[in-house]
Amino acid sequence: MSDTAEDLSQQEGNKEYKELLTFFLAGEEYGVDILRVQEIKGWDSVTNIPNTPEYIRGVINIRGSIVPIIDMRLRFNLEKKEYDATTVVIVLNVKGKSGKTDRTMGVVVDAVSDVYNIPIDDVKASPDFGTAVDTEFVTGLATIDQKMIIVLDIDHMLNAAELAVIEKIAE
Amino acid sequence: MSIDLEQFHETFFEESFEGLDIMESGLLELEQGDVDLENINTIFRSAHSIKGGSGTFGFTAVAEFTHDMETLLDQMRNGERKVSADVVDTLLGCVDVLRNMLHAIKDKSEIDTVNVAEMTQALKDILGADSAAANSSAAETQAGLAVKGWQVSFKPYEDIMKTGNDTVRLLRELCSLSDSYEVFVDSEALPPLAEVDAEACYLSWRINLLGGEVSENDILDVFAWVDDECDLKIETLAEDELYVGPERRDDERREPARDDRRKVDRRTSSAKGKESSSIRVNISKVDELINMVGELVITQSMLSQFGEDEKFNESHIERLKDGLAQLESHTRELQESVMRIRMMPISFAFQRFPRLVHDLSAQFGKKIELVMTGESTELDKTVLEKIGDPLVHLVRNSLDHGIEAPDVRVDAGKSETGVIELRAYHQGGNIVIEIKDDGAGLNKEKILDKARQNGVISQDDRLSDEQIYDLIFRPGFSTADVVSDVSGRGVGMDVVRRNIRELGGTVEVDSKPGEGSVFTIRLPLTLAILDGQLVGIGEETYILPVISIIESLQVKTENINAVAGNAEVYRLRDEYIPIVRLYHIFGIEPASKELDEGLLVVVEAEGKKIAIFVDDLLGQQQVVIKSLETNFKKVQGLSGATILGDGTVALIIDIAGLIELYQKDMAGVVVQIKGGGLAA
Repeated sequence: MSDTAEDLSQQEGNKEYKELLTFFLAGEEYGVDILRVQEIKGWDSVTNIPNTPEYIRGVINIRGSIVPIIDMRLRFNLEKKEYDATTVVIVLNVKGKSGKTDRTMGVVVDAVSDVYNIPIDDVKASPDFGTAVDTEFVTGLATIDQKMIIVLDIDHMLNAAELAVIEKIAE
Repeated sequence: MSIDLEQFHETFFEESFEGLDIMESGLLELEQGDVDLENINTIFRSAHSIKGGSGTFGFTAVAEFTHDMETLLDQMRNGERKVSADVVDTLLGCVDVLRNMLHAIKDKSEIDTVNVAEMTQALKDILGADSAAANSSAAETQAGLAVKGWQVSFKPYEDIMKTGNDTVRLLRELCSLSDSYEVFVDSEALPPLAEVDAEACYLSWRINLLGGEVSENDILDVFAWVDDECDLKIETLAEDELYVGPERRDDERREPARDDRRKVDRRTSSAKGKESSSIRVNISKVDELINMVGELVITQSMLSQFGEDEKFNESHIERLKDGLAQLESHTRELQESVMRIRMMPISFAFQRFPRLVHDLSAQFGKKIELVMTGESTELDKTVLEKIGDPLVHLVRNSLDHGIEAPDVRVDAGKSETGVIELRAYHQGGNIVIEIKDDGAGLNKEKILDKARQNGVISQDDRLSDEQIYDLIFRPGFSTADVVSDVSGRGVGMDVVRRNIRELGGTVEVDSKPGEGSVFTIRLPLTLAILDGQLVGIGEETYILPVISIIESLQVKTENINAVAGNAEVYRLRDEYIPIVRLYHIFGIEPASKELDEGLLVVVEAEGKKIAIFVDDLLGQQQVVIKSLETNFKKVQGLSGATILGDGTVALIIDIAGLIELYQKDMAGVVVQIKGGGLAA
């Protein structure tokens, strides 16, 4: 990471860069803005919250705050997987819709991968898959070393997750 | 001199609003015929300091307005004017106008000048009505003195300019009083130039004001705001004294009246406030806290010795245990002391009611006496701030719907004056606030009719009295015949209940036809800590608030009855209490689904009882309440979460919310158990 500043100075001034933390989920690599990552921790038991969707695994105690934990596999309707040694919880800071309310949430992923510095312009909009694939949480796709990385819009994704909770309760 | 006055504005506003509150309560006392000179003085002082402050900060509109009020109050103070209902009403109106003006200035919005003008006129009318008489008497006294002129010796203290006062301006104003004047300056105290502090005042003046048309009060007014920052002497001037040289020194003679005035200013300035978000804490509470911390440090150092001791053996264990026990008690005491800092007397919420009742009873043409008890009962600041509006609503409600018109009351054989009683007291870890009126009581038939009309209940629902009364807390419910601007819009009671519930409290109503109604609000002492009963269900641990638990019992199978094959009730003495299988509602796997293998915890919220089926009771402890909403959403049936000793999270159950969940769950069942606890 120490060469980041150097990288930036070498690059032509008109390009904006963004650092992404990437993680694996069912064989695919996903990226989130690294500035939103508060910490990464191993999977530990959670306290279930009744009457919430299955992908909300429960809440944990992070230094005195009650933080909800969301299973990304379940959120994306992927196949369930037993948690193992590489399973981690990425704790993210999520901005509310109004931009005022900052929340802390954790997401369960298969494993963390790497940190990349990529030009924002290199994030291409995701192709339209029609209704077959839910792309509303995806900011775009980026290519690094011939690999595709799916860049996630965590604000949207995690707020939408809450909305689903409300809907469920309202039923 | 570059002192930014803005920084004092906050304090000024706070002080002024405080002053207005003092004036208001003082005036209300006056109204009750309690004409006490000390009281009038208090009101006068408040007005006076608002006038002073607003003058200093350049809020001239406020200063002018207050000046008129002050004139009226001054007359009352001097006994020149009788205290009458008219005068008090006008002054109360003035307090309102003043409050609006200050709010407008604070929010940097426009002052409602029409309102101000109206009130000023009302004041002038009162003042004018017998000012002719007053003037003539004043003139007589003036004439009697036959003043030729005044000699004013003005010796400011060195610091006078640092407080934002300008001697030049004072002199200019003084000289504007009279056309002919002489000013002598005494520069004796002036140090060599090298030692001069640019912001200090070294000069003093002697001014001879000639001409008899200036009154002493005019001169005093000029110096009113520097009063305690200078030595001021005012003497009448005889013809032959006119040209006295500067060598004549005056001793420190002070007139008694000036001393009084000085005291007044001192007193008000000692009541200086901080920002509105701050909290005023009694110094004894802070001392207590410091003591506790001291104890804690001692215990800690005692315990740390064990860590240093290389040979830790069994003989130490006793002492270690002692130390830990001490640590526990100190931690608890410290916690309680910290909590007490947030506690404020409920009088902060109560103090607005005398005014409210005064205004509204006039509006409705009712005679009402307000009795308040337990004003010193303390509760958490947050709770206090949020309980104000629901209380106002309930009091208005009692006033509007509860207390009957005087003639109706007389016909019913009651005294003409209705009584509204506000009572606050502690009861088993709760604060209870009662709003009681001796009015007509709730009209059951009217409530039922209305509920049927609105479809809240069906035609053939049979409800107990409590259940009927409880209907008034349903949304969209109002039985007022005439919708007034005070109550009867049907948005009131459900909001009241919702607000109170958000504070973790409950509200109930009881009523006797013809004798009146009592609204009872129960609030937790604090929002931050709760006495919790830990219960285990399967792998999960939940926390029930101890205050809502009535009893825990082992199930006797013969007492279980099933209503319509689905809803289970438990017979406890002469009551049937619905059994709530928590594992079913929360969708978790219990250790056992057989009722006789677990325990029932009977809990109550808002007058409804349920028996919660749990696997086991795990112990009681105080838990710190953490909101689920900070990072998540409110979840029905839960009031929050807490962190247990082992670092895991346990959820705290909201009994009232759980009852609602249960009722929703049972909605498909033929018999609706609305109130819980059916009469046996």
